[in-house]
Formats: sequence, structure tokens, C-alpha cells
Amino acid sequence: MNRKWIVPTLYILFLMLPIYGLLSMSFKTTNEILGGFSFFPQQFTLENYIKIFTDPTWYNGYINSLIYVVINTFISVGVALPAAYAFSRYRFLGDKHLFFWLLTNRMAPPAVFALPFFQLYSAIELFDTHLAVALAHCLFNIPLAVWILEGFMSGIPKELDETAYLDGYSFSRFFVRIFIPTIAAGIGVTMFFCFMYSWVELLLAKTLTSVNAKPIAATMTRTASTSGYELGLLAAAGSLTIIPGAFVIYFVRNYIAKGFALGRV
Amino acid sequence: MRKTTNQKAWWLVVPVLLLVAFNAFIPLMTVVNYSLQETFGNNVFFWEGVTWFEKVLHSDRFHASLLRQLLFTGMILAIEIPLGIAVALSMPRKGPWVSVCLVLMALPLLIPWNVVGAMWNIFALPDIGLLGYSLNSMGFDYNFTQQPVSAWMTTVLMDVWHWTSLVVLLCYAGVCSIPDAYYQAARIDGASGWAVFRYIQLPKMKRVLTIAILLRFMDSFMIYTEPFVLTGGGPGNTTTFLSIDLVKIALGQFDLGPAAAMSLIYFLVVLLICWLFYTVMMRNEEQ
Repeated sequence: MNRKWIVPTLYILFLMLPIYGLLSMSFKTTNEILGGFSFFPQQFTLENYIKIFTDPTWYNGYINSLIYVVINTFISVGVALPAAYAFSRYRFLGDKHLFFWLLTNRMAPPAVFALPFFQLYSAIELFDTHLAVALAHCLFNIPLAVWILEGFMSGIPKELDETAYLDGYSFSRFFVRIFIPTIAAGIGVTMFFCFMYSWVELLLAKTLTSVNAKPIAATMTRTASTSGYELGLLAAAGSLTIIPGAFVIYFVRNYIAKGFALGRV
Repeated sequence: MRKTTNQKAWWLVVPVLLLVAFNAFIPLMTVVNYSLQETFGNNVFFWEGVTWFEKVLHSDRFHASLLRQLLFTGMILAIEIPLGIAVALSMPRKGPWVSVCLVLMALPLLIPWNVVGAMWNIFALPDIGLLGYSLNSMGFDYNFTQQPVSAWMTTVLMDVWHWTSLVVLLCYAGVCSIPDAYYQAARIDGASGWAVFRYIQLPKMKRVLTIAILLRFMDSFMIYTEPFVLTGGGPGNTTTFLSIDLVKIALGQFDLGPAAAMSLIYFLVVLLICWLFYTVMMRNEEQ
């Protein structure tokens, strides 16, 4: 019983090794990296990070990614809130079919949609804007948001709604003043998941941008292929992409498991 | 929950419907359009009927990548689900270490997928990466850019690294929902560790485990970015999974017709799995 900590410890060690490999490489010079393997950086350097923070093509990548991720999170949660309420509280014509159809979009392989999306967003002249990526990511984030929110909302007894209506609250006043504060934790978790899936997705983001809204991930792949073998720079850029994720995980750490269960534990 | 019938609830769903339909219907129709026609450029199209579908369904290339995909997904499930359960069961239930474990374990889930690929590429480089160097200095002949077996092992290990935490978190949520009284009762009855797992923990985890298995099935079935960055589908075609093959045909060779037909077949397979998922979930919910 007391030896139980061994399994999680070994597992976490396994998780940390590749991250350590990335971090240690980001502090090495190109010569040292290509010279051979070393567990600790021998000639410790911050050059790679300085390059990223001073070169606009690099740091703009982070800003672009964050902009479309935030826009997407707000759109997704904003439209998913009323819809999730409808699914959790009412029965209406075609509700089950609609819920299933939403689900299928969460499961659509992005590879299938890459080319048509490029044509669609070019046609409406949104190509290479943050809004295009934010809207495209709605394809899988809205269904996800509706799902998670519906799970959380179903956990709240209907008596809350009925009491409020008896007290003379209108629907919109009840929704904003009472209901949203009640499921604040659920909304936080949903925002986290929208953030996460929009932040990690690359295929669509890359397809829909060229210069002005290019995400950091695309900057990385292009650098890796064009300017030779700058592994240190690549490692530094990769290490920096871990930070926003770690930051948001910290805030939702107590609800994260419930969120992955789509609010249905 | 007891639900009341109210057709006005449709108005609450309209914004979602419009946004998702815009993103789903128009592109899907574009794909259907391509799948039935042939083009030689300049936006001139010829009607082809179902020729592309027949071609794709009979092509060895499609069979090969479908087989690789199924094998990959099977291996992923066989490793990640038991490992996830094992880790979740041995995690602390309370105390300061819970948060530490949760945050560290969730970390791989929030790393952009191409960075995961790049990280593993760096990690596994035979002469200068931590994993590759260690394996080679221990006497194993390991080079994931040239040996198909090494490439497969690395890809599978990468996915295990990336996604097992999802299974862990889900199972952990399930285990935590078991009241202490259950364990006390089991102790009084003198139940063995296996019996506790089989008759208390596993039934309580059933619902979350269903979600975990199906999410992992679907996401690994659509995997693209990580293996593309790690191996580029190579060496040869040995790690070319369905999505990678599809993008190669559509954007590499610009064979829009076959690519579109393949997309639709691919999508139908996913849809079938979706339907199974939905049915199972709804049945769980009704119980």
C-alpha cells in the first residue's frame, strides 16, 4: 500500500524526460548540439531565446496564436451557453439528431476539411486573418463546449430555474444573474478546453494563414525546413509554447478531470 | 433529468447551428463536388460519377494505409487504457501531491501537436537525442529515420506519452467518485485487491472509461500532425497513416477527385464510430 507512489512517479518521470530534452537543447549552441550528446548544456547560452524575443517574425507568431485562440474561446463559449441550456432543460423537435450532428463535427478529421476551408475563407476574403482561424476552430470547439456545458448544467436541479421564474425573473435576467454564476466553474473548464484545442491545433491554422496571422507553430515548421538545421532555436520556440498551457492548467487543476469526462462523472 | 417539451428552445440553438453549419456544410459539399468530377486545371470540371470511389476502394495504397491506421489505433488502445487505469488507481486521493500530479500529467495535453512531434524528433535523434543516444549506447541498434520497426516504436511511444494522461485523468475522476464506505464494506468482507478492482472500481469507472476509449479511438484514428513532424510518414511509407496519405494525395499531388472520394470514405468510417459512441453513451446515461 505504501509503495503506491512508485507508479505515478515513474510515469511522471517518463512524461518529463522529452520535455527536459527539449529544454536542455534550447540552452545549447548549434555547434554543441551537432557536436554530440550531453545531458547538461556545456556552454550555457540564452542566444536562442534572445533571437525569438527580438525577431518580429518569431514573437508575432505567439501573439497571432494567442489572438485567434482567445477570439475562438469567447465565440465558442458565448454561443454554446444558450444552446447547452436548451439541450439540458428542454425537449424539442430533432434535439437528439441535432446533438448527434454536432458530435460528428467534433470527430471530423481536420485533414478532410483543410482544402475546402482554404477555398471557403478565401472566397469570403477572410484568408490570413485571425478571425478566419478562430471561426474555423469553431468546427470542433463549439460541439465540445456544448457537450461539456450540457454535462455541467444537467447537474444543476431544475428547481433553481423554476423558483427563479416564480420569483418573477425573466429568462434573460435569470440566465445572466443566477444561472451563469451558478455554473461558473463549468464555464471556466469549458474555456480551458476551447483554449487547449485551439492552441494545439495546427493543420487548419496553417492552411488558413500566410503572413499576417501566421501562428507560432507554422513559423516553427517553416524555419525548420528553410533555414537548415537550427535545432536550438526550434527547441527554444517549442519550450515557450509549453508556458501558456502550463499557466492555464494551474487555474483549472481541480476541475480538469471532470472536464475531460465532459461534465459526466 | 426530467425535461419539458418546448419548441421555442430552438431559438437558443440557432447561433450554434449557423456557425457550425457554415463550417461544416459548405466544405463538405465542396468535397462531395470534387469527388464526382475530374479536372485538368483552370477550373474546368468533367462529370465522373462514382469512378473515384471505386478506384479508391480497390486501391492497394488505400488498403495499406487503412491497415496501418487500424494497427496503430489498436496498439494505442492496448497500451494506453491499461496503463492509464494503473496510474489512476495508484495516484493519491488527497493531500498536496494531488495538484502536483494533475498539473504535471496534464502538461503533455497542452503542447501544440507539431511541438510534440518536434520534441520527440529531437528526443529520439540517434546520435544527439536523449532517447536515441541512450538506446544506442546501451547496445541497441536504433535509428527511427531508417528502420521501420524503430519508427513505429517511436511513434507509438510518442502517442502513449502524449495521450495516456487523458485516460489517467478520466479514470481518476471515476475512482474519486467512489465513497469510502464501499472500501470499508469490502474490507469487512475480506475482499482481495483484485476483487475490489473488479467489483467496485471497474464498475464505477465504466462510464468514464467508455468516454476514454472512444475519444482515444477517434483521435488516434485522425492523427496527423505528430507523426508527420516526427517521421514524415517514413521510412518509405511505413508510418503513413490515413490522414497523412490523404494530405499527400490532396495537397502534394493535387489529385482532388481521388482525395475527395477518400475523404468521404474516411469520414463515413468516423461517422460509423461516432454513431456507436453516441449510442453507447446514451444507453449509459439512461441507466
